[in-house]
Parts: sequence; structure tokens; C-alpha cells
Amino acid sequence: MRQVLRTIAVAYVLGLVALPVLTVLRSTFADGVGPVLDVLTSPDFVGALRLSLTVAGLAVVVDTVFGVGMAVVLVRHRFPGRRLLDAVIDLPVSISPIVVGISLILVYGTDGWFGPGLEAAGLQVIFATPGMVIATVVVSLPLVVREVMPTLEEAGTEQDQAAQSLGAGPVARFRRITLPTIKWALAYGVVLSLARSLGEFGAVRVVSGSVAGESQTLTLFVNDNYQEFGPDAERAAFSAAFVLMTIAVLFIALIALLRPKETT
Amino acid sequence: MAGLGLGVGVLWLSLVVLLPMAAVVVSGFEDGAGTFRANVTTAEALSTIRLTVGASLLVTVVNAVAGTLIAWVLVRDRFPGQRLIEVIIDVPFALPTIVAGLVLISLYGPDGPFGVNLVGTRTGVVLAMLFVTLPFVVRSVQPVLMAMERDVEEAAASLGASGVTTFRRIVLPTIAPAVLAGAALAFARALGEFGSIILISANLIGKTEVASAYMLKLVESDDPVAAAGVATLLLVVAVVVLVLLDVLQRVAARRGSTTPRPAGGAQ
Repeated sequence: MRQVLRTIAVAYVLGLVALPVLTVLRSTFADGVGPVLDVLTSPDFVGALRLSLTVAGLAVVVDTVFGVGMAVVLVRHRFPGRRLLDAVIDLPVSISPIVVGISLILVYGTDGWFGPGLEAAGLQVIFATPGMVIATVVVSLPLVVREVMPTLEEAGTEQDQAAQSLGAGPVARFRRITLPTIKWALAYGVVLSLARSLGEFGAVRVVSGSVAGESQTLTLFVNDNYQEFGPDAERAAFSAAFVLMTIAVLFIALIALLRPKETT
Repeated sequence: MAGLGLGVGVLWLSLVVLLPMAAVVVSGFEDGAGTFRANVTTAEALSTIRLTVGASLLVTVVNAVAGTLIAWVLVRDRFPGQRLIEVIIDVPFALPTIVAGLVLISLYGPDGPFGVNLVGTRTGVVLAMLFVTLPFVVRSVQPVLMAMERDVEEAAASLGASGVTTFRRIVLPTIAPAVLAGAALAFARALGEFGSIILISANLIGKTEVASAYMLKLVESDDPVAAAGVATLLLVVAVVVLVLLDVLQRVAARRGSTTPRPAGGAQ
């Protein structure tokens, strides 16, 4: 019985996940390393990589600042509407990334609620980098908040209050007490949100416009090239996917390293 | 200081989440309830909603069962290569969805090693959903199983209960809330999934077009009102199913034992 269960579980995981991942390696390097290197040095790929890093980098900075801020506010303060706020943060995780993108277009697009006003002020959000960063933040912020909140809850407020009674200001208390407490949870949350930011596709797809070399992130590069058909375009898609996959595997390793520390 | 932080936080959330979400619902009804109904009942809209909801429900059930089984094996069994399986479970979370799509098409596409071509089939859509939702139930059930004391199970076994009876009467009531919590996350994810599906589905109208792809098409053909209408309807479906699962979870928690609440999914 035990043997049967074990076999089913292992077969399911291997067949559903491991096997497909290995097949991508095969497709990527079907013609050797040379053509793959050609793709990885092409201007469109370099442009996509740069844009992905810029968008994900900015998004993670915003995630970290707002994520920690929100977690502190939600854990340490009681105010009307707190439960609603708590629920709203999670909302983007449970809806379609396409809907996230559409919702941003409806507010910040050319015909949106604020779009015309912002454009008059010279700020284009949709079909520009700000829109891509906002879309990425919306889907990745919950990851930081959800990692930091339990740790803060567990730690309580005694140390903070003690420091306050000894005359420490809010900045010193945050730097000397709160930050060391949440350090590992925050690191874990940041890694998760960075992985999600680099990999975000649907929401960015809606708000980017996806022009090669200009507003094309790595995930869009994979999609656009694959949809183009032809062996070269296909290899470009697989090569970029291979890069994203390698990054993902590194993140998983990093997460595995961070996880045990989180519990201590 | 706290007031300022709260203000900034709420303002930010309002600007990037609350207002945009309200805009979706408002836009859906912008041209009246009649237009909303017309937009979500076109033949294409109906077939895409039916496919998306149906496939999501199927995938949720399959992965609730498979996820529970995998969690059980990972917690209670010891075998070589177990660490590797643990790591592989997280792959669908970490892999960008479009890469997941490419991964699936390279295995089950025209050039796949088995000669199975699932491009443009509903089986392909279901497979993509199974892939991305695999970790939810596993990761939500695992901690509960780990925290569970085994003495009750041993007592049941010593009193002559079979393995199946012990599982059904003792283990299942304890882990049921965690299974349902994971299932809820998986369902929501499947309902909105886009990146991993579009390549293998080939987006055939009336056959494999999922709701997210349909909404994207509507927006790109400059019909945001119709897109918002479909989005609103899906939002309602998601809320109904999530509330239902939440109720079930509460019932199960009350009938189950006093084990701690599950930690929830990793996502």
C-alpha cells in the first residue's frame, strides 16, 4: 500500500513537472550551444533582459517599502476597515493577471479615469514603463506582506514598547528592533516577489504594448518569438525561456536556503 | 507616524488596486445592465466562461486529491530522492507562466518526444492548469500533517480499524480545512490563468479559448466594456466559490479536531 502511494505521488510530480522541464533543455540545445549564444547576445534579447531587470528591480523596491509598511500597520494597529484592507491586499493574487492589467488601463489608460489628466501633465503610464512597474507591484506586493506579517505577529510589541519607554525614536526602533526581527521573513518575501516580478506575464502583457527592444520584457520576448513561428524565432523563445528557468531554479535554491532560518 | 503610514498605504492601495477594481465593475455596467448581459451571453463569451469554470473545477478536484496524497507521502514516507521531489513541487510557483507554457508545449506539442499532440485541445488546457496549481494543496496540507500527533491513529489501528477507516475517520477530518484552503487558492489561480495556457491552447474560439485570453482579445480590439463585463462575471464566480469553500472549511474545522489552523498556501 505504502509502495503504491509513493509510486503514484512520485510519478505524478515527475510526469507533471520534472519531465516537461527537462524537455525544454532538449529543445533549447537541439543544435548545440552556438545558436543559443547568438540569441543571448542579440540586441532584442539584451533589451528585453535590461527592461525586465529594470521593471522587476523598481517593483521589488516598492514592494519592500510598502510591504513592510503595510505589514507593520496591519499587525500593530487596530482601526476601522482593517479587515477590508487585509483582504484587498490579497485580491490581486486570486484574480486573473489580465484583469489586473485591464483594471489599470481603465484608470490610467488614454480613455481612463485619470489617464487624460496624467497625459496632460506629461506622464504616460499605460504602454510605458510606469504602467509595467505598477502592474508588477500589484501582483507581487502581497508576497512580501504575507511573509512579514506572521513574524511580526509572533514577535509581539514588548521590545518595541520597552525601547520606546527608554526614549528610542520611531526610526531607531524600526532599525534596531523591527528590522532584525523580520529580517529572514523579509528576505524570503523579497526573493518570492522578485521571482514573481521577473516572471510576470499577463498583467505586463496588457499594459506594455510589447515593442521588441523597447517595451518587451523577457517573458514577452518568449511569447512574441514563439508566436512568430519559424526555427530561429522558436530557438529565440526557448533560449530566453532557458534563461528564465535558470533564474527560477536559482530562486528555488535560495528559498530552500532561507526557509529553515525563518522558523528559528 | 502610524497615521501617516496608514494614510500612505491606503492611498497607494486605493490607487493601484481598489480604484482599478472598482473601475472594472463600473465599466462592466457602463452601458447599462442590458449591455452587460448581452456582453457576457454572446456565444463566444458563454463557451469561454463554461470552459474556464468547468476546467478550473475539474483541476481543483484532481489536485485536491493528488495534492493530499503527495503531502501524505512526503510527510509520512521516507525514500531516496525525497528532497528532490520537495524542490520540484515548488517549480510551478517559481517558473514564469509563459515558460511553463513553453515547457508544456515542448513535451505535449507537435515535436514532443511521445508523439502526443495536445495543442488546441481541451486536455491541453486542463494539463496547463494542473501544472500551475499543483503546489497549492500540497503546501497547505503538509504543515498540518507534520503537526499532527500520531497517537490517535495508532490507537485506531490497535483497535482494529483498517488503514482506509483510520484515514477517513481520523486523518481526513483533521486535514480537511487545509485541503479546502489549498483548493480555494488553486481554483482562483486556475480561473484566472493565462500565460501557461495560451501556447498549448492555441486559442481556438469556441473550443480552447479561456476567459483570460478572451478578455485580452476584447481589450485589444478596443472593447473594454465587454472585457470588464466578463471580468466582473468571473469575479462573481470566484467570490461565490471562495465563500462556499470558506463555509465548508469552517464546518470541517468545527467537526475536525483541535489541530492548529493551516498556514495557508505559499503564494
